[in-house]
Amino acid sequence: MGRVEHHIILGEAPARKKVTVFVDGEPLEAYEGEMIAAALWASGRKTLRYTKKDNKPRGIYCGIGRCTDCVMIVDGVPNVRTCVTPVREGMVIRTQKGLGRWEEGGGSEND
Amino acid sequence: MKTTEIVVIGGGPAGLSAAIEGARLGAQVLVIDENSRPGGQLFKQIHKFFGSREHQAGVRGLEIGRKLLEQTAELGIEVWLNSEAVGVDRDKKVWVIKDGTESLEVKGERIILSTGAVENSLTFPGWTLPGVMGAGAAQTMVNIHRVRPGKRVLMVGSGNVGVIVSYQLMQAGAEVVAIIEAAPRLGGYGVHTAKVRRAGVPFYTSYTVKRALGRDKVEGAEIVALDDRWNPIPGTEKTLDVDTICVATGLTPLAELAWFIGCRFHYIPSLGGFVPDHNEFMETNVPGVYVAGDIAGVEEASTAMEEGRLAGIGAAASLGYLKPEALREEAKKVWDRLNSLRSGPFGEGRRKAKESILREEGSIYNARTL
Repeated sequence: MGRVEHHIILGEAPARKKVTVFVDGEPLEAYEGEMIAAALWASGRKTLRYTKKDNKPRGIYCGIGRCTDCVMIVDGVPNVRTCVTPVREGMVIRTQKGLGRWEEGGGSEND
Repeated sequence: MKTTEIVVIGGGPAGLSAAIEGARLGAQVLVIDENSRPGGQLFKQIHKFFGSREHQAGVRGLEIGRKLLEQTAELGIEVWLNSEAVGVDRDKKVWVIKDGTESLEVKGERIILSTGAVENSLTFPGWTLPGVMGAGAAQTMVNIHRVRPGKRVLMVGSGNVGVIVSYQLMQAGAEVVAIIEAAPRLGGYGVHTAKVRRAGVPFYTSYTVKRALGRDKVEGAEIVALDDRWNPIPGTEKTLDVDTICVATGLTPLAELAWFIGCRFHYIPSLGGFVPDHNEFMETNVPGVYVAGDIAGVEEASTAMEEGRLAGIGAAASLGYLKPEALREEAKKVWDRLNSLRSGPFGEGRRKAKESILREEGSIYNARTL
């Protein structure tokens, strides 16, 4: 785990603005524009949700938005694919249990 | 409802190449892509490509991606990002969800489906644990997000994806503890395989993963030898100290939209499973609907780009932007390159598999008469 700062082909990691997101209530520093799942794994956290039936942990599987293994509750909206959803300053991210549920304020800007 | 001449669904190497050819010939083109940036999986391909100079051999995938984006911009091709094509009907109306919020319809006179492929999974006890992931996912993590998925990796599968991603995980500072291959022979190109081998990574042929260890995440892997009938041999188990298991066991075409619109399919295991029927210009049995790239059979980015070009010129020609003779001439050039990409010990099988589609009765054209 950890970030790849120096890379033999890609060079130095580009300078990016830091943002703060809240994961299950705890602040986490992330880079603006990076995917939620990447920020979480970089911080050492691998479990993103628990399944409905057996409460089993799930992490990143396909990493490109196809498999939905990495869904979490983001700003009140459940089932958000965190591997293809970028972080934003102040974003509220929660571990999803089962199918998740809409939380207060979730999706209100789109109603 | 918006209407346009060519709607390209999927802005990876095939889709962008199709769009560029279509637009270059004068057609009005719209590219729809669900990602926040186009290029598909090209930007994580940081290795140099194969083929001859005209196939951009020696150029890294990400550089090719940048060139495609430049050409797309130069031609002023409209690209909708964060836009999922969730349905398409026989009238070629595409239903699009934009930014996860807006529902739109767009009608294309021609549709090019270049939706790519998805990695296969492999089931074994513990396969759902965090830390088991597609090799392509690990590649996305290190090369795009620049985050290591783990420190110690077991790679399952020795094909090109397995060996290339192994090397790239090492370039990103991870240790590849082993590459295992269920078949008795290694599956990747020699040059990629040798690079990993020279770096000291052990290969195990006729081995598979028996189970992942760990309760909340991967904390190890047990591998087991297979006999000549692919059955596990008791007593040959080895436990590896790994925190990540990458699965590189092939890809399956992402063909939902082709099923949706009524395409006829062939089941061709060597091309990844069900692939839509298509002719030499990549047109399916549904008139005006084309396929290109991995959806038309899993190959490589270089072949995907050539197929995209075929679909682009085919679609543009059918709209009147290219005369039949000129179409044949242009298509012939692309086919020559495709045939050379599909030669050699690895390409030959793919060429034959692709030809088996073109030979089907009802195929309008024939590659060899071009």
